[in-house]
Amino acid sequence: MHLPGTPGAISWNRREFLRNAAKVGASGALLGFSPLRAAAVPRRKKAVVVTFGGGARDEETFAPEGQENIPGMLSVLIPQSTFYTQVVNHGILGHYVATASLATGVYETFDNFAAVPPHDPTVFEYFRKGLGRPATDAWVVAPSNGFNRIGESDHRGYGEGLGAGVILPKHLLRAAMPAAAGSDYGHLLRDNYEDPYYTPELAGNEVQLQQLDQILRLSVGDFTQHALTLSSPDELSVYIARQLMRELAPSLLWITLHDIDIAHSGAYSLYIDGIRRSDRLCVQIWNTIQAEPEYRDCTTMFILPDFGRDADGDAGGNGFQHHRTGDALSRTTWMMVLGPGVRQGVAVDRPVDSLDLVPTLGSLLGFPAPLAQGKLLTEVL
Amino acid sequence: MRPADASAESFASYPPQARAFAVQHLAAIQKLPAAFAALLIKQVIQYDWLFPAERKDLEDQFAYLESLTSADLERSMRGFAAASPSPALRRIDWIQRPEEYVEAFTADLWSGHHMDSFRATAEAYTAAWRKAFPESEPPAPRLAVVVLGRDLRADGYPLFRKLAPHGVRIAQVDGNGAWARILEVAAARAGKTPVPYGHWYIDGGSPPFSIDARLSAVTWMQLAPVRTAMLSRMQTVIASGHGGPEELRTLMAETTLKEVGMAADARDEVLSRFQLSVLAEGSGTQIFSTTFVQWTAREALRRAQPCTLLLRYAPRQRQLPMNELLAGTGDRNAPDPQGSLIDADMGAYYTWIDQRRLTGAEQATFVAWSEAHGQAVVVGPNAPRGTTTENAMTMRQVFEQFV
Repeated sequence: MHLPGTPGAISWNRREFLRNAAKVGASGALLGFSPLRAAAVPRRKKAVVVTFGGGARDEETFAPEGQENIPGMLSVLIPQSTFYTQVVNHGILGHYVATASLATGVYETFDNFAAVPPHDPTVFEYFRKGLGRPATDAWVVAPSNGFNRIGESDHRGYGEGLGAGVILPKHLLRAAMPAAAGSDYGHLLRDNYEDPYYTPELAGNEVQLQQLDQILRLSVGDFTQHALTLSSPDELSVYIARQLMRELAPSLLWITLHDIDIAHSGAYSLYIDGIRRSDRLCVQIWNTIQAEPEYRDCTTMFILPDFGRDADGDAGGNGFQHHRTGDALSRTTWMMVLGPGVRQGVAVDRPVDSLDLVPTLGSLLGFPAPLAQGKLLTEVL
Repeated sequence: MRPADASAESFASYPPQARAFAVQHLAAIQKLPAAFAALLIKQVIQYDWLFPAERKDLEDQFAYLESLTSADLERSMRGFAAASPSPALRRIDWIQRPEEYVEAFTADLWSGHHMDSFRATAEAYTAAWRKAFPESEPPAPRLAVVVLGRDLRADGYPLFRKLAPHGVRIAQVDGNGAWARILEVAAARAGKTPVPYGHWYIDGGSPPFSIDARLSAVTWMQLAPVRTAMLSRMQTVIASGHGGPEELRTLMAETTLKEVGMAADARDEVLSRFQLSVLAEGSGTQIFSTTFVQWTAREALRRAQPCTLLLRYAPRQRQLPMNELLAGTGDRNAPDPQGSLIDADMGAYYTWIDQRRLTGAEQATFVAWSEAHGQAVVVGPNAPRGTTTENAMTMRQVFEQFV
């Protein structure tokens, strides 16, 4: 018997159902390309990258049975995007190290739970050094303390003073809320779902509570009041990201969503809730891009999970709960790219690598990324 | 220490049966690469508390290794020996702390990008020894019954969507007498095939009826004090701010019965230790009862390979949204009937998959029943695939017709 979710079962239909889900044509059908959306050359290109830390599987997203969980992506985003159906992550399947690898274009090999910076230059350093941009022009909004070092590598040729500012909304909220109430929501604000034990020290470019007003024109009172209206940490992250876009309009903004990773608790319904929320938030981010004059018509948005989760049929795992086996499903995911000059309604079936993001961003925004190991995603350039 | 340097004294601190087992197979252990030896020793050190099926697996595996010529053993172990241990790994005593060694070894595999090749090597090895020593057929055709308790409900939710294509969907099951019939069947099977740890009952709450003493029973409520002690232990470790996650995970895995106030049950220490492992090693099993049931069932199937498995899901606590948590307005003990139903539906599907991994899969039968929605699905040799019966049936009729 063929257990569901085994690699064999995945490979035969993966691209097919993704293409059907997207209702877009294969990239080979060049005649199917839509006209370029932005006729005029953008005045100053920007990029927004959204990653799902806490990867989502095809079965709960683009497979027929999963499409009910991503109505926003299907109806709003996919029709406007070039869609890569196979993005393969060959690195370590831990969220911080994998996201760092996405950001450096090199498979980083440090301990996922260590409070260390990436060893290779990040896209933020390439961007700032290559284009001579100020610190206010590159930002990361990340879910947990473990990501506080992601903005800047310890590479000798780049590193200190060239990275992105990092905002950790959960960390800010913990600092802002009365200490006495801490125990009531401590588990919500704990560092990550994968390892509840991990409580790293902060020592990076992260914004502290007292800087909120200065950077985001947001008082601590307003921040906490708004947090009280939100249902999840990812909503808080998007709120902060939108504030950043309004106040500083960074040219390179990286947002990592993380609600999906509640899957590690083993509660399938909560994992699905996380996917549905991420779907809604991605549309919200895209709508913000369209609504903000600084971003409209000059911004390319990349959306991709950092990796997948284990297949139901892999005996070494427990299905959706973790991403420990390194099987095909946990390594293979997708990416969509939207924006001016990006062809709409196109599916790219060739396998691409997670590392391809950085050189592609470099080519798009006009900076070199000499140490990144990926290849250009020519379909969106 | 290299495996070649291990001696009988190396295992002096092991529990008695584990020590005897290790000494008996010392010559084989000495010929193994360290990483592979640690993987086996991780099992050996637990020998006194392994289920019979696990003991047999271990014995078969050593019999296989001991049957190989030196050349065949070297060939079989080549892939395992390829990844040279890091200096940090070499410092870990794989005989006394195999759990920690394996954890660090896994981290090395990931960081060195050797995980894929290790998986391939391990799969090839397993296929070879399983070919030489095939798994035993079960003493009776396996049966698993998963009940989504009466408090789990969600309007409009498509129940058993993943299971139904594999068997028969029964649109109307009369709940009257259903539980009595299920318990009768389980008890009868335990009486007819009285193998140790061959028949299990797992409950996500407190069982609303008495459980036949011949079933190995694990329940959420019975373990409440242990869960509390375990969470408190975790909190203490988190608050201390010391130690990395691997170290802490190992610490949790090495938690003793005494440390969480669990008396070693002289009558059944094997089961006590199994229960502890579910809470210490399972992710989310301490917090959500639905996760507890699914993971306990998975571990029972994987380790004890039972003939009969009966599960009951009860509502888990609600996950409070951020605004309610921050405002302190949410009731953390409130149940989540809808979310629990979705969790349990997926849990039932995973239990079916896990049952399929065992021998006798073609003769095995799987039943899932939602008490609240009066629907069931049966997968097995007597249940026509992809069919639906709209006729109202009692549980007795379900068993007579499809099991």
